[in-house]
Amino acid sequence: MLRLWAATAAAIALTFIAGDAGAQAPSGKVTIVTSFAKDVTDPFKKAFEAAHPGATLEVQNRNTNAAVKFIEETRANNQVDLMWASAPDAFEVLKGKKLLQAYKPKATGIPEKVGSYPINDRDGMYFGFAASGYGIMWNERYARANKLPDPKEWQDLAAPAFHDHVSIAAPSRSGTTHLTIETILQGEGWDKGWRTIKEMAGNFRNVTERSFGVPEAVNSGQVGVGIVIDFFAFAAQAANFPVKFAYPSVTTVVPANIGIIANAPNRAGAEAFVEFILSPKGQEVLLEPGIRRLPVNTATYAKAPAGYPNPFKDPQFQKMMLFDVDKSETRTAVVDTLFDQLISFQLDGLKAATKAVHDAEAALAKKDNAQARALVKEARDLIAAMPLAEAQAAQARAAFTGAKEKGARQAELEQQWAAFGKERYAQAKGKAEQAARLAR
Amino acid sequence: MTAIALTLRRYSAGATPGQIGLALAIALFLAVFLVVPVATVIYVAFTEKGTGAFTLVNFQDFFATDLFVRSFWNSIYVSLMSVAWASAIALPLAYLTSRFEFRGSAIIQTLGFLPLIMPPFVGAVAMTLLFGRNGTLNLLLDDWLGFKIPFMEGLNGVIFVEALHYFPFILINLSAALANIDRAMEEAAQNLGCSGMRLFRRIVFPLAMPGYVAGASLVFVKVFDDLATPLLLNAKDLLAPQAYLRVTSIGIADPMGYVISVVLIAGSIAAVWLSNLALRGKDYATVQRGGGGLSRRTLKPWESAAAYAVITLILLLVLAPHLGLLILSLATVWSFSPLPDAYTLAHYARVFGDSSLYIKNTLIYAALAGTIDVIVGTAIAYLVLRTKLIGRQWLDWTAMAALAIPGVVLGIGYLRTFYGVSLPDGTPLATLWIMIVIALAIRRLPYALRACHAALQQISVSVEEAAENLGATKARTVRRVVVPLMTGGILAGFVTSFSTAAVELSATLMLVQSNSDAPLAYGLYVFMQSAAGRGPGAALGVIAVLFVALCAYASHRLVERSEKKQGAVR
Repeated sequence: MLRLWAATAAAIALTFIAGDAGAQAPSGKVTIVTSFAKDVTDPFKKAFEAAHPGATLEVQNRNTNAAVKFIEETRANNQVDLMWASAPDAFEVLKGKKLLQAYKPKATGIPEKVGSYPINDRDGMYFGFAASGYGIMWNERYARANKLPDPKEWQDLAAPAFHDHVSIAAPSRSGTTHLTIETILQGEGWDKGWRTIKEMAGNFRNVTERSFGVPEAVNSGQVGVGIVIDFFAFAAQAANFPVKFAYPSVTTVVPANIGIIANAPNRAGAEAFVEFILSPKGQEVLLEPGIRRLPVNTATYAKAPAGYPNPFKDPQFQKMMLFDVDKSETRTAVVDTLFDQLISFQLDGLKAATKAVHDAEAALAKKDNAQARALVKEARDLIAAMPLAEAQAAQARAAFTGAKEKGARQAELEQQWAAFGKERYAQAKGKAEQAARLAR
Repeated sequence: MTAIALTLRRYSAGATPGQIGLALAIALFLAVFLVVPVATVIYVAFTEKGTGAFTLVNFQDFFATDLFVRSFWNSIYVSLMSVAWASAIALPLAYLTSRFEFRGSAIIQTLGFLPLIMPPFVGAVAMTLLFGRNGTLNLLLDDWLGFKIPFMEGLNGVIFVEALHYFPFILINLSAALANIDRAMEEAAQNLGCSGMRLFRRIVFPLAMPGYVAGASLVFVKVFDDLATPLLLNAKDLLAPQAYLRVTSIGIADPMGYVISVVLIAGSIAAVWLSNLALRGKDYATVQRGGGGLSRRTLKPWESAAAYAVITLILLLVLAPHLGLLILSLATVWSFSPLPDAYTLAHYARVFGDSSLYIKNTLIYAALAGTIDVIVGTAIAYLVLRTKLIGRQWLDWTAMAALAIPGVVLGIGYLRTFYGVSLPDGTPLATLWIMIVIALAIRRLPYALRACHAALQQISVSVEEAAENLGATKARTVRRVVVPLMTGGILAGFVTSFSTAAVELSATLMLVQSNSDAPLAYGLYVFMQSAAGRGPGAALGVIAVLFVALCAYASHRLVERSEKKQGAVR
């Protein structure tokens, strides 16, 4: 109890001090928690410290999930000033738990929206500083050796040629992949979207648990094609890896963000860093070869090298669909768990069924057979089947709130969904094999 | 008052106050830094959703879920097979280097232990570049012979990598045990006409059993609880990765991650208990000391050539990842080709500035953690084997349970338990670097404990009794007789704890609060998150391996010298 009072008193005192310090020049240690690599943080640290002598930037590297958990666990005695990461949903979580501090950046030259996505949080809790799009990255040497065509659209990855050549990070592990999956679901609709995702997934080589695991595998040539966020590919190109990248037409550009933590010990410093990163000088740092993200200040593109994508000008980005953050947020856990139970942990079954369908279709291409065609269609429908419809997804959410609410336990639901998938994949494989026999 | 004294006496069963005090101190240490922090996190496993009431329904869910049951059996299978393959690699190395006159035994022993120091991420990347589906070996095989060998696929891939990675546990403990055997035993057997393989099978190996079992049980438990390797190979149908994935992606409130953790802890304790059972009823102690272990035979030229061939082959295989790491650290671009496109020293220049700070921190943390581990480990081994205190086994089992606790669970537990505790100047206790040291010590305590336990098992009680008969107190006996005789085992424990602590990441990642406190493994992690950071990360990895190996080699030499000195005095 005593500790609680002390903490409250300290918090009140801090608020006063911080309020006072706002007007002064930033100094001392500014602590930032980030998921960004050293290649990204070092140039910013250098530039910021040069612009503000007397201030030092202390960088704590954690992956996005760990960073959110860390800020949450240490809120009683917060020592962190800023959170800096890609995935907007991580910031939504922090905002929901009242761990962020509202602020109004003074920087100019930054438009309201990128693509059709608002750059800053509407409540002023976090601010976009760079844009990123999702797409397909591939290794040219690998593609040549395995005679893979250049992929352009998500659906291209479902072609038999790509079987066992595609890699993705699990959406439950990687905020950016989650956005990719959600983008496809919102762009194509729940049922059609899942069908596309599962047809691609039938060709997956693996589902990794780190976002960086995918570009790493593509760079080293262990996997041919990866579904990644653009800057992974641009940074790899800058490091001379033989990789290429394409934005499919159903995708979206979303901002990578920065936010001030509530009760920040050095609030003046935190605000100074936000201002710096949004200033023309800070935006130019984004163009460095090791970073290569898309600045939000439109003027900065004038200094960019030739061929640098510009989401404010290039026509492909104007078509990109609007991403509905609220919709995404209500069903995050459900979508991720569906993906894990139907794809990540059933990959062998799904791949076997997909392979059987590809083989049957190849056989049909040589010698057509109406009955076999019907069987293949049934098999494809079985693979695409989902245990719940879009409307149910938002309701299933109660099972995923951990210990807080009563209701179905997550483990129960998972077992049901996994059994659903396993059974359908086995049936699909049987039907496809039957079709192949008929076509022979 | 008398009642309390009586109960105390009954429970202490003839132990001295000093021993009781020691046991209580260790129990307190384990309680504060292991049991309480972990309990703050995993109690969720036993609570009902919504009400928070006590329940076992989550365990029922565990056994009703195909994925978890499958993972459970896969984990046991992978662990057993890894022990088998690790033994196949470690036995010849240990046998050849400790039975025969051999040039460079110390170097072989040091090299044979290098695989344990596989820095996170970079080690994995190096492995896939060599053995992966499109690694050097498979690209060459495909070019020349038109087929590929799936070294790194599925459960067999996990077994392959785990055996390569953890066989040093067996090598180190078995070598220490072989060096501890009384030469008189061997001579007696030879006098009775026994020799060659039969001598080894019937006399030498059985006498070294405590060392082998200590190593094998460590390999089993470590593989059972390992998550880095399966995750790297994308083998998710194993228990430890399942626990990790659930805790870190679904969240702290979800019970299943902790249910799996509880199953992991139970499995690890069962393995240690079984291995103790296997040694029960036999006496491994030999009385005579200071003979310098087994007599060493000189090899005939052709024998020596064969032995070197075997050792070279094994070392080539187990050191391949380190070779890969070295190439990676010198490579410009290495992508879908047997060897890199070109070579450069730029990566070393890039990490040079940072690395001295990282190395200093690593040295301090790992050395302190290793020291804590051997002190606590020796004390627990002594209490378990030499006293009759009630519940002494629990100290052993609790300490071993640390192996089964995912680092991230321990990290979160530390934040929860110690972040609320403020120092006088207002900074939370959990932000001090000493907490990283304690977390490392707790995580690596099982290694040191098993080594110390095995070493003490080989010492006959009569040596101590003799000392006591001559008037030495218990404390003096421990200091002047027991500990010196255990030196080999204690060193083995220190080296394993030290070098594995030096490359530990998962708990560290949660606890590191500033770059100036960061150890090498954290530096590596930071580099390895970007394409351009791969080379510098590998360079840092090479530096880490070299540095830990040097420390290990130096401590080998140090002990060898002090043993020689002791021998001379006698």
